[in-house]
Amino acid sequence: MQSQSPAQGHAPGINPHGADHHARSYLVGLGYAIVLTLASFWAASTPLVYGPAVPVLLGVLAIAQMGVHLAFFLHISSAPDQTNNFLALIFGLFVTGLVVFGSLAIMSHLNHAMVSMDQLMKMQR
Amino acid sequence: MLGRLSLAAIPFDQPIVMITVGTIGVVLFAVLALVTVKGWWPYLWREWITSVDHKRIGVMYMIVALVMLVRGFADAIMMRTQLALAAGHAQGYLPPEHYDQIFSAHGTIMIFFVAMPFVIGLMNFAVPLQLGVRDVAFPVLNSVSFWLTAAGVLLVNLSLFVGEFARTGWLAYPPLSELAYSPGVGVDYYLWSLQISGLGTLLSGINLTTTILKLRAPGMGYSRMPVFCWTALASNLLIVAAFPVLTATFAMLLLDRYCDFHFFTNDLGGNPMMYINLIWIWGHPEVYILILPAFGVFSEVVATFSGKPLFGYRSMVLATMAICVLSFMVWLHHFFTMGAGADVNAFFGVMTMIIAVPTGVKVFNWLFTLYGGRVRFSVPMYWTIGFIVTFVIGGMTGVLMAIPPADFVLHNSLFLIAHFHNTAIGGVVFGVMAGYSYWFPKAFGFKLNERIGKAIFWCWFIGFYLAFMPLYALGLMGATRRMQHYPDLHWQPLMLVALAGAVCIFLGIILTGVQLAVSIRARARNLDLTGDPWDGRTLEWSTPSPPPAWNFTHLPHVERRDAHWVAKQAPKPSITPKPDRAVGPIHVPRNTPIGVFVAFFTAILGFALIWRIDWLAVIGLVGVLAVGLWHVWQTDREMVIAPDEVTEFERRNVKEAA
Amino acid sequence: MSATGESLELGSAVPLSQQGPAPTRVVAGFGFWLFLLSDIILFAVLFAGYAVLSGATAEGPTGAELFDKRHVFLETACLLASSATCGFGTLAVLRTDSRAMFFWMFTTFVLGALFLSMEAKEFASMVAAGAGPSHSAFLSAFFALVGTHGLHVSLGLVWLVIMLLQVATLGFQPMVARRFFCFGLFWHALDIVWIGVFTIVYLGAH
Repeated sequence: MQSQSPAQGHAPGINPHGADHHARSYLVGLGYAIVLTLASFWAASTPLVYGPAVPVLLGVLAIAQMGVHLAFFLHISSAPDQTNNFLALIFGLFVTGLVVFGSLAIMSHLNHAMVSMDQLMKMQR
Repeated sequence: MLGRLSLAAIPFDQPIVMITVGTIGVVLFAVLALVTVKGWWPYLWREWITSVDHKRIGVMYMIVALVMLVRGFADAIMMRTQLALAAGHAQGYLPPEHYDQIFSAHGTIMIFFVAMPFVIGLMNFAVPLQLGVRDVAFPVLNSVSFWLTAAGVLLVNLSLFVGEFARTGWLAYPPLSELAYSPGVGVDYYLWSLQISGLGTLLSGINLTTTILKLRAPGMGYSRMPVFCWTALASNLLIVAAFPVLTATFAMLLLDRYCDFHFFTNDLGGNPMMYINLIWIWGHPEVYILILPAFGVFSEVVATFSGKPLFGYRSMVLATMAICVLSFMVWLHHFFTMGAGADVNAFFGVMTMIIAVPTGVKVFNWLFTLYGGRVRFSVPMYWTIGFIVTFVIGGMTGVLMAIPPADFVLHNSLFLIAHFHNTAIGGVVFGVMAGYSYWFPKAFGFKLNERIGKAIFWCWFIGFYLAFMPLYALGLMGATRRMQHYPDLHWQPLMLVALAGAVCIFLGIILTGVQLAVSIRARARNLDLTGDPWDGRTLEWSTPSPPPAWNFTHLPHVERRDAHWVAKQAPKPSITPKPDRAVGPIHVPRNTPIGVFVAFFTAILGFALIWRIDWLAVIGLVGVLAVGLWHVWQTDREMVIAPDEVTEFERRNVKEAA
Repeated sequence: MSATGESLELGSAVPLSQQGPAPTRVVAGFGFWLFLLSDIILFAVLFAGYAVLSGATAEGPTGAELFDKRHVFLETACLLASSATCGFGTLAVLRTDSRAMFFWMFTTFVLGALFLSMEAKEFASMVAAGAGPSHSAFLSAFFALVGTHGLHVSLGLVWLVIMLLQVATLGFQPMVARRFFCFGLFWHALDIVWIGVFTIVYLGAH
């Protein structure tokens, strides 16, 4: 089999199965992305969804759409010849999550425990 | 016309600065004059400045690091003398605003421009050789990375005599570093030099990660990689993940300072604590970026000089990767005292203690490697043993401070200073010095003088204990960091001991220069003709010393871990290429001045932005773009080394070795 | 690196990780992938800044008062469409079909430029209404985050023009094709960042 994966796996963004698969993948991906985007905008403005649940729904839709883009546009998968790409992605997402949620948790603690600089400056005046 | 720049920016009124500048000027002039008179410029330009060879670039990184070590150490010994003098009513010789610049510059330089380039230089030099390949993944990018680091070095040194440096500590916490409280150019020098060199570091991290994951000799699966490559992989993954955080955080501070944004200001909702949170998300992984490659060096050294395979290879790799992940989950321990609640503090305290576990695993692995080995006490081994003893002490004081209530007592005291110097000197410095003496013969073809090497070790070892053990005690007595004088005369004897330690280290640094000079003069007696002076285990020792530009005439074929050792044990060596094997033409990347040009214009851009000289900034930016455009249209990027030349090299080499 | 010749002679029984140095295409693609991940982390910091500071309006306007969801929807539509056209353009590069490539990439450029002009209009109207980045920490974080995305899109457009010039002058050399693939990755990654932006900044505004 000469269409065998090259040494050390595939680069991201290149679909090993040829151009036909490729074009379809972009179209399918675009379809999913449009549906998910419409759903997001709908969820943000509809009264039909219970208010406090909206952020959760938006979060789910956004993560789903990011997944769609990764799979259909960037052609990232967990296939064996993409292990490096996939692991690097997981590591990046791990750090991203730590940065965002860690900062939120820590800063909410700090804001809770300490008077904000704004108020402190006003008190000194 | 010149923005904020005027003749007043040069501190003519400060004799210490002017004398320093004069000395540097004279030395610099002498070096340049020598190079010109001897006609070395074409050689330097051709073989070093435009080189894209990972070995040359690695060596240049290390030269930068050694030069900056002198600069950073000058700051250190000034601080130690000041504190030895300024007890009670005495004020010493450094006024507070100058002292503030000195400790800020010392920290910044030692981390960013000594430890980082040294570690990156070692990885650059050794990793492709250990992997059995001909270069890194992106050789031209490698040169760009190095020269960007050099541009940062240039700017930070420029701050010495044009303007001032930051007085904000090495991490430039706001609100002090905001325009309202630091209106001068000091913080701008700090920010731009670190942004530029940080970009270089990020690119080099991407480069080495790609090299390790995608370019390995045939047969070298992950479980056959030398441990140094594993630690380099972890370290560079951390660079790729952590340096963007630094860039973004500094960008926010720059926006605050230049464009009236309000991320970290006191007014209009800005939150200085956010900066402290973000900078430590970078800052803690940075600690491991520096120490992991040092761990790798020790692993190589301890196995080589014990004549045994490394004990617990798998646990070593697992520990390395565990540290790589865990190092991102402990950052809050740098600001336990700044208002987080008990549960957050407890979480990060526990995580910090957990990260000590894989480090402990490593220490035991090294000890068990030594156990039962035929240990040869060469210089790299001295550093390794010194490291094991010293680093364990530093690690234990670290775990002590990981306990939040204890940290409330020790935070910002000299105890903390002693702790991180204990790990930075006992770990990183000892590690790079071990690597320096270990790989020096590979890089230049002759060994360093052993006697002086051992003297250097003892200077650093004794000097470290003299300089920093008193600081532990002083910290417990209540001495804080960043203080310029103190009222309590009881502290002075310990401060004097610390100064003696600094002098002892100074001797070690001088001896490093002496060792180099002596070794070069006597190189004929210390030539390494076999390419394997230490009876090494990994592939770099299967090449001649120094290796040719193409590293390996035939890519080695790896079947086991410690590939070179295995080959030496085999009845007939399978890795050392037989001279009669057919040699094809070898393609190597052509040298290019793109790196030095990009860095030149970037340095101009940085300088212009620091001093707010708009037209010069435009020139710098346009210059970078123009050079970049020129480069992407270059199509002739490879050079072919003819089979004859390779064969000739091989034949000469075999003859020398025999 | 030119060691590819020696890498595949081992046959397919050898595990991927032992097959020797990867071909340049894979090396370049992976290196760029790492760069993109580092860029995503850079955005993560800006997102964290925005999330923490979005409530710090300093008694100034809030997001809900400032943002126009219809405007954002049109911006999103431009970017989504440009991602698909960029994909088709990349396929044309694979086929070395320069007419299709120019068509799809030109469309990508137009859509990207349209997005940028809409964003510029939004920024200008906010600044004109007295809601510039100096007004509060919230607005600082907003302009930094959305502006950095916009800056990336602008750089992408410049890159695209350079790539078109490269194809016009150098043809579909392997080097040029590699750069084109990297551009495609870059463009798609910016879309992923934009999903975060419209969800958190615009739809999540309160």
